[in-house]
Amino acid sequence: MNDALGEPQSVLVLGGTSEIALATVKAFPRARLRRVVLAARPSAHRDASVLALTQAGVSGVTGIDFDARSTDTHGAFIDGVFDAGDIDVVLLAFGVLGDQEAAEADPHLAVEVATTNYTGAVSVGLHVARRLRLQGHGSLVVFSSVAGDRARRSNYIYGSTKAGLDAFAQGLGDALYGTGAHVLVVRPGMVRTRMSAGLPEAPMTLDANVVADIVVKALRKGRETVYAPGPLRLVMAGLKTLPRPVFRKLPR
Amino acid sequence: MTPSLSVTEGEQLLTGWGRTCPSLARVQPCASVEDVQTAIRQAGPRGALVRGLGRSYGDASQSGGGTVLDLRAMSGVAYDPLSGTVTAGAGASLDEIMRSIVPQGAFVPVTPGTRMITVGGAIGADVHGKNHHVDGTFGTHVQKMTLIDGNGEIRELAPSGETAAQFWATIGGMGLTGAVVEATFDVIPLTSSLISVDTQRVSNLDDVMARMAEGDSGYRYTVAWIDSVASSGRGIITSGDHAPVDQLSDKQRIKALAFDPKALATAPAIFPSGLLNNLTIRAFNEAWFRKAPRSRVGELQSIGAFFHPLDGIQNWNRIYGPRGFLQYQFVVPDSASHVIRIALDRLREVGAPSFLTVLKRFGPANPAPLSFPQAGWTLAADVPARIEGLGATLDELDELITDVGGRLYLAKDSRQSPQMFARTYPRLAEWQLVRDELDPRGVFTSDLARRLSI
Repeated sequence: MNDALGEPQSVLVLGGTSEIALATVKAFPRARLRRVVLAARPSAHRDASVLALTQAGVSGVTGIDFDARSTDTHGAFIDGVFDAGDIDVVLLAFGVLGDQEAAEADPHLAVEVATTNYTGAVSVGLHVARRLRLQGHGSLVVFSSVAGDRARRSNYIYGSTKAGLDAFAQGLGDALYGTGAHVLVVRPGMVRTRMSAGLPEAPMTLDANVVADIVVKALRKGRETVYAPGPLRLVMAGLKTLPRPVFRKLPR
Repeated sequence: MTPSLSVTEGEQLLTGWGRTCPSLARVQPCASVEDVQTAIRQAGPRGALVRGLGRSYGDASQSGGGTVLDLRAMSGVAYDPLSGTVTAGAGASLDEIMRSIVPQGAFVPVTPGTRMITVGGAIGADVHGKNHHVDGTFGTHVQKMTLIDGNGEIRELAPSGETAAQFWATIGGMGLTGAVVEATFDVIPLTSSLISVDTQRVSNLDDVMARMAEGDSGYRYTVAWIDSVASSGRGIITSGDHAPVDQLSDKQRIKALAFDPKALATAPAIFPSGLLNNLTIRAFNEAWFRKAPRSRVGELQSIGAFFHPLDGIQNWNRIYGPRGFLQYQFVVPDSASHVIRIALDRLREVGAPSFLTVLKRFGPANPAPLSFPQAGWTLAADVPARIEGLGATLDELDELITDVGGRLYLAKDSRQSPQMFARTYPRLAEWQLVRDELDPRGVFTSDLARRLSI
């Protein structure tokens, strides 16, 4: 149960090795956390994430097997996590960027991106919503992206999955309105993580811990959508109004 | 059938009086003992809980996903002048009881700062009032009660004898041992409904505390309001006793036992969160302090004015805006009275403005394992939840209070850690054994119980 200041006791991270999600866990008051579940495919990376959070003073951190693409397993998986105790915050943070050019040549690769980022998220998101609804409280944080605000030549496959996910999350939030369960849609711009390593840095690029602080503050206030950084809301509003011939010619 | 994701009929979003952390529950009105038994037997996996008038500040009277029993219809009040007792349904409010018995020359044994609580709530939280140093808690005055346990069975409980353990586990048990449906408690005889009040305006905290420690025993009721904005910790001590009828003027004697308080105003539904800030609170506190007489003896006040000034404004909890507020109330033993000043200083430093800061001396604890009061000092301060850095400040105070053998009041708590709760209520395990006997299936639970692993 969240306390009166909106701080959680238990967190489930779907995409348990996501740098932004791990930074978000650390940005909650750590002494309050009693149970943190890092859900991801088994890997040395996941083990290292459990260790890193534990060493940062978070108690009750465990890793658990989860595959976003195996949608058949999602129902039982989410039931297992919630049967062991209420979850106050779920961070839906898995996603892949994919290789746009390779995917254009090999649609199988595009399907993989779509299955993970969209299909998998819709599947597990609905199971999470069902359980938050049953417990009568809790927040689902969906990591969308500004890439979903308007499709761009350089990453429209990834962008289209985030556009779909974003629309899904907004609708889910409206469905759950007034039930005590709440959905926060986060739209980060470029963030310095493994995903963006090697790409040219865009203006307003943030570190993961800055995004994390924005997420935690938005949760305390019960916000429904938040950009990271905040002013990106205006930038994207401007970009969305650009005529396509102009938008197409923008760098990258 | 797959349940809908959206809210369905009968479900309600509930919060405590502080309006923080809402959760959704199915609210089940119960008009009879049979209704209560059925609701308990049919409770789903998220359990059952009785909610009274929702005056606990935090998450004690809510249970996300659970069945919340509303016993307000079970509100019969019977006063027996011969034995000096009242038998009331658990859903009866102290307001209703006072309206019934004050004109007959009787008063509830204990009332907190609001009359808008039920008998069931008074027992569950084991409430205290301005007379704790003389009369103890509400639970101390309960002579017997009827409890529906976790199997839906009826239990008659008394403070001594075979059922004493179950009785005292229910006093202060936050509704987690079962559903109280009826209780009999003793009353204070009255010859008038007025209170004779002495007021002292005191310029600093040390002086306030010294005068309270010295003068308490001379009065049935005593409490101090502290100016939380002033670093001096200045305050106003008000002390009183039920006025004997011969202290009343001829005109007052005509209606010596009258009791008919009315709500004066209702706070607007939407209140801008910035309106209560350091400046407005400072102005209020200054005016409140100045308005009090330096020293006045024997002023006659009504029950409402003396005990329940805030009941005059309906929904006053809205003034803290949409993020809500919390009330931080702790007790520390006499040996740690210095903690009172530290707490006031810390709250002032973090910029937590409070216009309701109340200091009181407690008498000894009663036998109930989870009852809050113990001998020493208790301080209660309202603070808005939106204040930046409040969590860290309160965590620091929590640690200090734990270290000196103090604790927080569960009816006010909305943020302590389970570790602190377990350390500061050392009889928790003993209480849990009794609870497990009363509720072997673990039907009774609340958001508070889940948060604190009770």
